Amino acid sequence: MWARAHAEGKRISPFVVVICFRLFLLSTLTIMATGPAQAATANVAVAANFRGVLAEIARLFMQHSGHEIVISSGSTGKLYTQIRYGAPYDVFLAADQTRPAALIRQGVAVAGSRFTYARGKLVLYSRDAGLTDRLAHKLKQGHWTRLAMANPLIAPYGRAGQQVIEKITDLRFDHLVAKGRILQADNITQAYQFAMTGHADMAFVALSQVKTGEGGDYWIIPETHYDPVLQDAVLLRRGAENPAATAFLEYLKDERTRSLIRGYGYEMVGQDRTVTEN
Amino acid sequence: MWETIFLTIKLACVSTVFLLLIGTPLAWWLSRTESVWREVVAAVVALPLVLPPTVLGFYLLLALGPDSPLGGAAEALFGHTLAFRFEGLVIGSILYSLPFVVQPIRNAFQAMGPGPMEAAATLGAGPWDRFFSVALPLARPGMITAAVLGFAHTMGEFGVVMMIGGNIPGETRVLSIAIYDYVEALEWEKAHYLSAGMVVFSFVVIMAMMVIGRKLRRGPV
Repeated sequence: MWARAHAEGKRISPFVVVICFRLFLLSTLTIMATGPAQAATANVAVAANFRGVLAEIARLFMQHSGHEIVISSGSTGKLYTQIRYGAPYDVFLAADQTRPAALIRQGVAVAGSRFTYARGKLVLYSRDAGLTDRLAHKLKQGHWTRLAMANPLIAPYGRAGQQVIEKITDLRFDHLVAKGRILQADNITQAYQFAMTGHADMAFVALSQVKTGEGGDYWIIPETHYDPVLQDAVLLRRGAENPAATAFLEYLKDERTRSLIRGYGYEMVGQDRTVTEN
Repeated sequence: MWETIFLTIKLACVSTVFLLLIGTPLAWWLSRTESVWREVVAAVVALPLVLPPTVLGFYLLLALGPDSPLGGAAEALFGHTLAFRFEGLVIGSILYSLPFVVQPIRNAFQAMGPGPMEAAATLGAGPWDRFFSVALPLARPGMITAAVLGFAHTMGEFGVVMMIGGNIPGETRVLSIAIYDYVEALEWEKAHYLSAGMVVFSFVVIMAMMVIGRKLRRGPV
């Protein structure tokens, strides 16, 4: 079989060589025309709620710049711990402000690089359709068996969910946890998945997730019920000299990117409100 | 913290009892049968050795959910599904630790050979009597090894619990999950206590295994 293929290959080889050469030439020229002098790769650690949006932004960015973006997602707390202990990321897109600020204080992130890229919105999701109006009522009255949320200790959206329960219901959060009525997920994506598979009646998730997901219903929780989820991005020291990392952060501030982020269900704070107090 | 430790030990105890109840007849069948299905069944039992725990966790999440026939039946029977409950973790642990229990018992039954059972038969003992008064006592070192391994393996389970646990104190928050949470939340002091405890525990288990192994080589007690 090898011999036959080899013989056939020999017969058509002049064409193959020419075509290959042309393709090679074409691709080299294309890269040279559109890409930067040197394409680099940036590793981006992202809070789970923003993962879907980031994938889209990264796709556009890679087309636009020729740089490569590698995405890792998890809870903000988990990624923070990993970064603090040397995880090889160049950029950190957190779901809060405290952890990026802490990384700057510890010298792990570049001072002055922190800025708010989105303000997240919390929703209460249920996989049963047609519940929108009743979800708030159900939550308040405790008409549910189990509720899924990200672990409040390590995930800002989990903390926001805890605040909502404490603010608008008479239920004690620690009682609910002790009674097994709160399913604590490792991150917000897992919380969503617990409710999607029917293991929990409802889940606190991000608006961006239910917007891209399918089925079910959700209640957008008024932002007076929880502290604003301001999501900060920061350049990590490891990525300080990485052209892909710095270009990506600039791209994240671009007006077109910001309107794309808005389209996924995030609010934006004032244009380029870069935080520099650290 | 004590609640977590107690829960983990409880999970390991309950799982070990079920593992021995299921594993012993299975190992007996595997060591005696001439069926063509023998190696197929042995391979299925051994699957968790190779499969990532996440595969098991993923399938259990779906299988125990309200949409599946199994989860639906559990819901009709108990009024709730089994995932994110202690019972669900027991099911997961049994599947996950089964090879660690079946293999040593099967080896013990095989090492015994057909001799003792035939001798007992000629003395007029019935099949059940032979199994309980000849086979089981002879296989005791294998059974002990199996119990220790099943217990220890369940104590250290993480991946499956991560996917079908939900981190509920007193119900599904076992040691490995608690350690993971403490590390992620930077509460390293607590993580240290539990982790050091696990190191000591694992050392004791391995030592016990070696002692039992030596006894096994010397012949059944």
